[in-house]
Amino acid sequence: MLLKNTYNELIKILAKPRSYLGFGALTLLVLIIIFAMRLDGKSIISFVTATFENSISFNGHVLNGNLIAFIILQMLIVHVPLLVALVTGDLISGEAAMGTIRMLATKPISRNQVVMSKFLAGAIYTFLIVVWLGFLALFVSRFIFGTGDLIVLNSDGLVILKDVDVLWRFGLGFCVAFLSLLTVSSLSICLSAFTENSIGPIVATMSVIILFTIIGSLDVTVFDTIKPYLFTTHMAAWRSFFENPVPLKDIIQSIIILVLHNVVFVVVARIKFSKKDILS
Amino acid sequence: MQNETIIDVKHLAKSFGSFEAVKDVSFSVQRGDVFGFLGPNGAGKSTTIRCMMSLITPDKGSIEMFGKSLQTHRNEILRNIGSIIEKPDFYKYLSAEKNLEIFARISGADVSKKEIQEMLEFVGLSTRGKHKVGGFSHGMKQRLGIAQTLLHKPELIILDEPTTGLDPQGIIEVRNLILRLKNEQNKTILLSSHQLSEIELIANRMVIINQGKSIVEGSVNDLLQAEEIVVKVTVDDSEKAMRCIPQLAYAKNSEVISSTEIEVLMKKNEIALFNKHLVLNDVAVFSMEPKRKLEDYFIKIIQA
Repeated sequence: MLLKNTYNELIKILAKPRSYLGFGALTLLVLIIIFAMRLDGKSIISFVTATFENSISFNGHVLNGNLIAFIILQMLIVHVPLLVALVTGDLISGEAAMGTIRMLATKPISRNQVVMSKFLAGAIYTFLIVVWLGFLALFVSRFIFGTGDLIVLNSDGLVILKDVDVLWRFGLGFCVAFLSLLTVSSLSICLSAFTENSIGPIVATMSVIILFTIIGSLDVTVFDTIKPYLFTTHMAAWRSFFENPVPLKDIIQSIIILVLHNVVFVVVARIKFSKKDILS
Repeated sequence: MQNETIIDVKHLAKSFGSFEAVKDVSFSVQRGDVFGFLGPNGAGKSTTIRCMMSLITPDKGSIEMFGKSLQTHRNEILRNIGSIIEKPDFYKYLSAEKNLEIFARISGADVSKKEIQEMLEFVGLSTRGKHKVGGFSHGMKQRLGIAQTLLHKPELIILDEPTTGLDPQGIIEVRNLILRLKNEQNKTILLSSHQLSEIELIANRMVIINQGKSIVEGSVNDLLQAEEIVVKVTVDDSEKAMRCIPQLAYAKNSEVISSTEIEVLMKKNEIALFNKHLVLNDVAVFSMEPKRKLEDYFIKIIQA
């Protein structure tokens, strides 16, 4: 029954026009970035490399597909949560607003299974968004700009990664980015179990992300103890795969924190939805 | 089989904060019944039905269906029930067929595409199967709702106010559908409705609830038979007819409505006697029309 309802949930997601907003917006944004880099990419790169020109000589194809993919990821990963929440935040509350929750809850499927199927469908949608972002960022960029060594500017300085050493980093980076976005999806579905209007959970999810991000960026001692436990602190963990050596310990810690958040959101949503009187 | 209890609700109670929506509701429905569930607005009908469909959790009391407790056998019980609670809501962005497919998939039965087509035909929507539900009228949604309740071939059908918001044509369509379910498929039906004439037409048993309590339960015929009813009599001369009435012990509260119409309160089995009496007293009788019985009975019970 869980899988049958997950299939139902995917049909519903795919039938909603708003589900394609994310794919459309990503396509448009990536094409704009690629277009801009194609036109003026060299001057942007030279602006960055100028700082290091006294000590390092840059030869070869610096403005390549790998660098463009990294720039795209860096720019868009901040905005993708909104695109995910736009669809997943509606999964439970949208049914309540439409009245279909009444029909759904009178079927021989447990409320836990209803919630779990929504989480699974949300996860599949999030995965498809990440895959689409990966395809556009990596494959389209590499197709247009070609391949080459990747130069990444970190707080510690420049990291130069060989072309052959890049693809696996992108692969694992996308996996961690998926986990980050899955946390956003889980949060929005969890909030969705508390309300009966479609917009509320979407706005609330973005508010939580903005609030946590601000707390994370404030250099105030009182917040230092909670910062490591905020999921927003770990949403950029994908970037750690582009350091040399890769800080595995930090990445694993981020993965644990993100997984724990997902578990908490799922459990809270299940408890809330199971005990909820459906009055709509 | 006919005496098998399908629904057994005992001392149900449910509060929302300090408001007691249902205080003490008990009734039972037998297999094959078309059971009328009556009560004024706010009596607790919808809350009771929502408890029965596990949409809300009752504070007290027990609900048994098919001989099993709803609390412990929820999914097993719901597999045998088709329901429309208040109004059927569908995914507007999906077609009628897709909506039925979605609900059939989680109904606990294997429903083929052919059966979905047959069901759309049964409710008169076969030509609209591919159309999005967003463009459907309320009546069409109601018929689609009935299709949805029947898809998995449930033994029990629960319809909460299925004719609310429908125009007269829609009411007749839904009523005919319910009658077909009763006559052709011998389903057990629990029907909550404000349309008392409908309940009178199609229900064989009923319960009346008021202020969260069940007041009276039994066979519609038995409950109404014992009641005195108002009969509108059309005669050639109402004054002459009125002069005959004081001789009769059974005819009470007579009233002149017009020069040719009077209303008299009497029991149903006394109507023929009254007719005979008028004719013997040289009063020409053109018609004797009992006013709607259930409506009077309902008002009397509620006011009491």
